[in-house]
Amino acid sequence: MASFSQRPCGDYRVTYAADTTIFPTRASAYACIAGVVVLACAPFVLSSYVLSLLIYIGIYGIAALGLNLLTGCTGQISLGHAAFFGFGAFASAFLNNKLGVPVLLAMPLGALLATLVGLIVGIPAARIRGLYLAIATLASQYILEDFFARAEWFTGGAAGAFAKPPVLFGLTISGERAYFYLVLVCLIAVYLYAANLLRTRDGRAFIAIRDHYLSAEVMGINLTRYRILAFAVSTFYAGLAGALLAHYSSFVSSESINILLSVQFFAMIIIGGMGSVMGSLMGAAFMVLMPEGLETLVLMLKTTSWGNVPQIMNGVAFAKEAAIGLMIVLFLIFEPEGLVHRWRLIKSYWKLYPFAH
Amino acid sequence: MSIRFDLLALFLVNGLIVGILYGLVAMSFVLIYKASRVVNFAQGELLLVGAWVCWASVTKLGMPFPLAFLATLIFTGVLGLLIQLVTLRPLIGEPLISMIMVTVGLSVFLQAVLKWIFGVAPQSFPTVLTAKQVNFLGLDVEVAYLGSAGFALVLLAGFAFFFKYSKLGLGMRATAFNQQVASSLGVSVRQVFAVSWAISAVVSAMAGIVIGMVNGVSAGLAAFGIKVFPAVILGGLDSILGAVVGGIIVGLLENVAEFLDGQVLHWGNLYTIVPFYVLVIILMIKPYGLFGTRDIERL
Repeated sequence: MASFSQRPCGDYRVTYAADTTIFPTRASAYACIAGVVVLACAPFVLSSYVLSLLIYIGIYGIAALGLNLLTGCTGQISLGHAAFFGFGAFASAFLNNKLGVPVLLAMPLGALLATLVGLIVGIPAARIRGLYLAIATLASQYILEDFFARAEWFTGGAAGAFAKPPVLFGLTISGERAYFYLVLVCLIAVYLYAANLLRTRDGRAFIAIRDHYLSAEVMGINLTRYRILAFAVSTFYAGLAGALLAHYSSFVSSESINILLSVQFFAMIIIGGMGSVMGSLMGAAFMVLMPEGLETLVLMLKTTSWGNVPQIMNGVAFAKEAAIGLMIVLFLIFEPEGLVHRWRLIKSYWKLYPFAH
Repeated sequence: MSIRFDLLALFLVNGLIVGILYGLVAMSFVLIYKASRVVNFAQGELLLVGAWVCWASVTKLGMPFPLAFLATLIFTGVLGLLIQLVTLRPLIGEPLISMIMVTVGLSVFLQAVLKWIFGVAPQSFPTVLTAKQVNFLGLDVEVAYLGSAGFALVLLAGFAFFFKYSKLGLGMRATAFNQQVASSLGVSVRQVFAVSWAISAVVSAMAGIVIGMVNGVSAGLAAFGIKVFPAVILGGLDSILGAVVGGIIVGLLENVAEFLDGQVLHWGNLYTIVPFYVLVIILMIKPYGLFGTRDIERL
């Protein structure tokens, strides 16, 4: 992350410690703190609908970050991310409903259970990579989907499972306003951990494995260990995000945990930028806001003569689905480095203005 | 409660025939993989396009079936070519993740667009063949399935010949082996990629039409594209023969699972998930499949 930043002329880094700080410049650290402060004030200004969108962005942002650590940073393709997301959701609801674990404890525990399941898939998968891993994780997505539909004691089967809102010191965290803060706290913790992970020895090992796994092995990096570590962190993030969503929407159904959700997570990291921590959040924001944009577009069309064409008006759900696929294809062809790259270009344009060269 | 073993034969024949259809789709998947090392996650959607287009040209446009069949093949061939030109050509030389994800994106896109155009309700094909079922080895079997099984075998022989003797087929194998060497020896790599997509789309569409004729056309047919993975992993990703053998094994496995499920276990829907368990087990013990070639990597 640090290596891409814009630095003032003459600002040379002479120690490794200075070169691997989380925030490359002081201004970027201030900008980040200011962003968090603005977000913390947001519930007092914004409507609950906008807040719910922000909550979704936060939750999907956590899951997307998990996938980005695994795929973007370590180069392990996973098409089964939604299954772990779902497992975290069901496990948290199960721990709270059946075993009486308080929700705030059930959420991380559910995420840990998702990690355990991830390891069951991940330890054998550490032997395979690339295309074979993509197919193996796709199979695990279908197998877990089947498990969710079957295991009625765990998931409630076809009917789904209810999830109660979390309680902290006797206060129930429900409604957009309160839940927003919960998601914000989780989001900051998770993003700081990931940004920190990437500047440590483990993070550098991930990137070495992604760039050339054979060379990495020759350099003495334990491939199996780091692949499993990446899988564990990734599934923990997915499980945590799933648990957060479950207790926010108060209901989990096995139908919503499908392959399309896995593809959506993948779309987020492609659109945001592979291997970039902030890119994951940008991609999540893009994927949450895109259907809203389509809805607005349809509302605008309704007032024109196009509004009388039933094929267009009834096809919004399909258009949203098609847009996911289309965005993946378009971004891969035209902007393979994602929104984060575009953002950097914009930043450097203003930084260098009016002398662009 | 007794187990009815006489039903087993019926399930096995059914499995064999469905397996040959899986093999046909797997074959078209392998064709693309062999030529361009692209893993096509949208194979099921190509099949679905074929089924829908043929259905629409028979029922909506009133074409006679042979003409509709031909028109569908031409349409899907052009579609395959276009997909290759528009989405995959710009990505030549990009990492594997991009190649995989572009076809995943394509699959989501095509599926949504097809649902939009043709709706989500399954539609039945107008009867084309007068005799729907025929007695085969003492069992009633769908004529369309039987025809398709024969057809698949002919295609298989054709492909074997194509890859062994024709100039284009040899060019494809050369490209699969090493793109740079092949192009320096005068093989047009672009042409090879384009042709492989066109042929693959046409073969998938044929399979789609046959399945649609027997089961009716619906978005669920795209599941055949997912069932391709157990088949090709079993057979080896780059082997045409392996694809067909893998497809047949998956078809048989599914039906044996359904038989056991119905007679003994009563778990329900076991047959949909068994191929994926098999897939995972194969990946653990023999990732290059029965007939695939092992990758050897150098620094």
